[in-house]
Amino acid sequence: MNEEKQILIESRNLTKEFDTGKKGVKVHAVNDVTLQIYKGETLALVGESGCGKSTLGRTLIRMLPATAGQIYFNGQEITALTDKEFRPLRPKMQMVFQDPYASLDPRMTVRDIVAEPLNTYKVCKTRQETTQRVSELLDAVGVPVEFLGRYPHQFSGGQRQRIGIARAIALQPELIVCDEPVSALDVSVQSQVLNLLKDLQREYALTYLFIGHDLSVIDFMADRVCVLFLGQVCELAPRKALFEKPLHPYTTFLLDAIPHADPHLRNSSRRLLTGEIPSPIALPSGCSFHTRCPYATGECRTTKPELKTYGDRQCACHHAGDFHS
Amino acid sequence: MENENNILEIRNLRSCFFTEKGVVPAVDGVSLDIPQGKIVGLVGESGCGKSMTARSIMGLLRYPGRVAGGSILFEDQELTTCGEKQLRAICGKDISMIFQEPMTSLNPVLKVGRQVRETLLAHDPTMNREEARRRVIEIFTQVAIPEPERRYNCYPHELSGGMRQRVMIAMAMIGNPKLLIADEPTTALDVTIEAQILRLMKQLQEQTGMSILIITHNMGVVAEICDYVYVMYAGQIMEQGDTFQLFDHTTHPYTQGLLASIPRLGKNPERLHTIGGVVPNLLHLPEGCSFCPRCERATDICWEQRAELQSVGAEHYARCFHCGEGTA
Amino acid sequence: MDESIRSQESLQSQIGEKDGIGEKLLRMCRQNKLAAFSAVLILVIILMAILAPVIAPYGEAEQDLLNRLQGPSAEHLLGTDELGRDVFTRLLYGARVSLTIGILPSLISLAVGVITGLLAGYIGGAVDYIIMRLADIMLSIPSLLLAMVVTYTMGTSTVTLFVALSMTGWASVARVVRSQTLSLKESEYVQAAQSIGVSKLVIMLRHILPNCLPSLIVLFTLNIPSAILSESSLSFLGIGVQMPQASWGLMVNQAKEFLFTAPWLCLSPCLAIMIVVLAFNFLGDGLRDVLDPYMKNQ
Repeated sequence: MNEEKQILIESRNLTKEFDTGKKGVKVHAVNDVTLQIYKGETLALVGESGCGKSTLGRTLIRMLPATAGQIYFNGQEITALTDKEFRPLRPKMQMVFQDPYASLDPRMTVRDIVAEPLNTYKVCKTRQETTQRVSELLDAVGVPVEFLGRYPHQFSGGQRQRIGIARAIALQPELIVCDEPVSALDVSVQSQVLNLLKDLQREYALTYLFIGHDLSVIDFMADRVCVLFLGQVCELAPRKALFEKPLHPYTTFLLDAIPHADPHLRNSSRRLLTGEIPSPIALPSGCSFHTRCPYATGECRTTKPELKTYGDRQCACHHAGDFHS
Repeated sequence: MENENNILEIRNLRSCFFTEKGVVPAVDGVSLDIPQGKIVGLVGESGCGKSMTARSIMGLLRYPGRVAGGSILFEDQELTTCGEKQLRAICGKDISMIFQEPMTSLNPVLKVGRQVRETLLAHDPTMNREEARRRVIEIFTQVAIPEPERRYNCYPHELSGGMRQRVMIAMAMIGNPKLLIADEPTTALDVTIEAQILRLMKQLQEQTGMSILIITHNMGVVAEICDYVYVMYAGQIMEQGDTFQLFDHTTHPYTQGLLASIPRLGKNPERLHTIGGVVPNLLHLPEGCSFCPRCERATDICWEQRAELQSVGAEHYARCFHCGEGTA
Repeated sequence: MDESIRSQESLQSQIGEKDGIGEKLLRMCRQNKLAAFSAVLILVIILMAILAPVIAPYGEAEQDLLNRLQGPSAEHLLGTDELGRDVFTRLLYGARVSLTIGILPSLISLAVGVITGLLAGYIGGAVDYIIMRLADIMLSIPSLLLAMVVTYTMGTSTVTLFVALSMTGWASVARVVRSQTLSLKESEYVQAAQSIGVSKLVIMLRHILPNCLPSLIVLFTLNIPSAILSESSLSFLGIGVQMPQASWGLMVNQAKEFLFTAPWLCLSPCLAIMIVVLAFNFLGDGLRDVLDPYMKNQ
């Protein structure tokens, strides 16, 4: 698939800042992010809470306005479009939300929830046609069609998430931003939803931006992985390469921190990351990770590392790969 | 106590919600031992009754929930029948608890140092304030809070999630408890912080020799620090045993399914294993084994009778009629 | 899909764990006897007001000058006033006016408050600023004073009373709706609708308004008694309902001269006001407990 990769969506120097309410004080949620998502792939965004992964996902599909930088969708610049000009593109980019209990309107029936995107763009001519299409969608995600008239609270978490997915694929999008779609689910249900996402990707030729914090889940889902720290790309690499030989120290620590479901892999001597994430309001000088990084040198404290390319991967570290002994 | 080594013994505990729609048996005949100086994990999916079990021990069940039967013995003291005052004297001092969301367990308008100090003074009213302050800073150092003197005067919102959880642990540790109950202590935290907190709990356990009961849904957490594991499903213990034994020779179909459906780094198949169906409604439990509607190995007997826990190895029990029949 | 998630039994077993509004109301009736009794009482009073011409033993303004200021008797259940009119009859007809004035302006202020609150909360910015400052101004003027100004400028009539009472009521509704809108705006299902591209108007009407409904029902029920009280005060002051119409406030006003000679004249409308206001308040509290438990602390 690497032969002729077509870029579906691309960000160039994308920056997103939030006002804090105080004058001149801004939260730097996304800083200067340049990345490409290819057609048909799953790019995973991973990082700790507050690293800006959700904000980046939402800014990419214009659910939040970008502060600076450009976004190109199928080669078309979309940051400068007016809302009206953007409207025809909106159905192409949809979103699946984290909390299946909060993302469905509690006062709407399942039919109305899934029909909402169809009605908004007047996809179907008649009510029957809409219902027919909703039934097909529910069937595709494995929710029994008999439950069309039910309300969200009558479903379990996994089924609610399936309904959310049905809503996201209703307009036949090209890109779906999955914002932690399984982190609120129980393990046994989580695997069902992950399988479903993979099946749908194959069936409808979908491209996913998969936002998550659980690296085991990302290892299952992703083709390429982008590690974010404080709104900046630390490392972007094909999944296998990243998990086998991380170039950025932060990636190493993330991988090491995962508790394995196997007591034989217990390791009380492994190195744990110390300290906490610095505030995104006052970013550290130089490399933003240097305050927690045991390999940091003087250079890291003063100069911000560029995102450099190493073959098919990228890494922003002065000592990329060096720290492996 | 049946076994001198145990610090806590639960026998046939039944805790139910008495609702208008019927009696919901959230904890349905649970027996559980916590040996001295060990870390015991109680693992299960949401709604399986694991938190209810912990709350039953602490006497924290709220209307319409109530302990309906069974016994909870803590050092030869029956907790289910002893009075409110006596229970308060034990819980909080000899048994203490930490919760999932540290923000809601801390009072937002009081400095964290003061909150921990007041817990200390409640246990030991004779202590003077300066002494108490020193002790709090000492315990802050013990739970690896950097700059303890400064953090003493912080409000909860000024601390990060990991730091708040450390404060909660400090508060739980300050009475030198013999048993620490941790209800999903790391669920709200990031992986790097989770690893720190787990290591801290392990270290504290080794230093003080206390016992820990960890309630979690995360098999990784269990495998990481627990000595014994209890797997709970629909209010019952499905499988229990020594951690290594249970992970190496998983017997119950539910535990097997649970372990198989977890994505694993570097070992992921094309499709993940799934356990079909959904967790049953506790109001309408099946007649037989509560897992049988989702079980691939279920036979007629599973639908008709409830299986008892039976020994399937050294310190290893499973509640299944088909224990010896290989793996799924 | 291979999962046996389609197994209907397992799904049905998950069903019915959360109650709809109807079930919540039933639960309130079972648990809160006072609220249930209040609801019944209010229904009975409304019914009596509607059926006043049928039930009332005399005409609304029927005078019997020979039997003035009589005490309660078999012929005149609650006695007669200074013009020999039957107090019970006046009370029934008064209920029509008092209840209408309690309910209609509450409805109007509800409608106005919902629209302004939704706009302020969802659109935000300058719209929010202007609407909320207007509401602040409304809330900073004593409502009785405002009502008096309106009645003095527009003349005293029942319609003016409506206007006056609606003007003060909408602001508090708008505030509640705005704060709910602000929090619902952040909810994931509203974001989901935005991500689909649903228009603002549709989001407000379909997603936000229905989810405000529980608190609106509570607010409405609690607004009625204050409107009834305002009407009573205004009529007592002589700037509300005018003779020969009957209203409870007006009856108190006229009875004050006979407070010592014929105390029943004053007592019966006062009691009527008290009972209705209490009933609405109890019902409102009961509704709040089941529909909107978060408002309890406010």
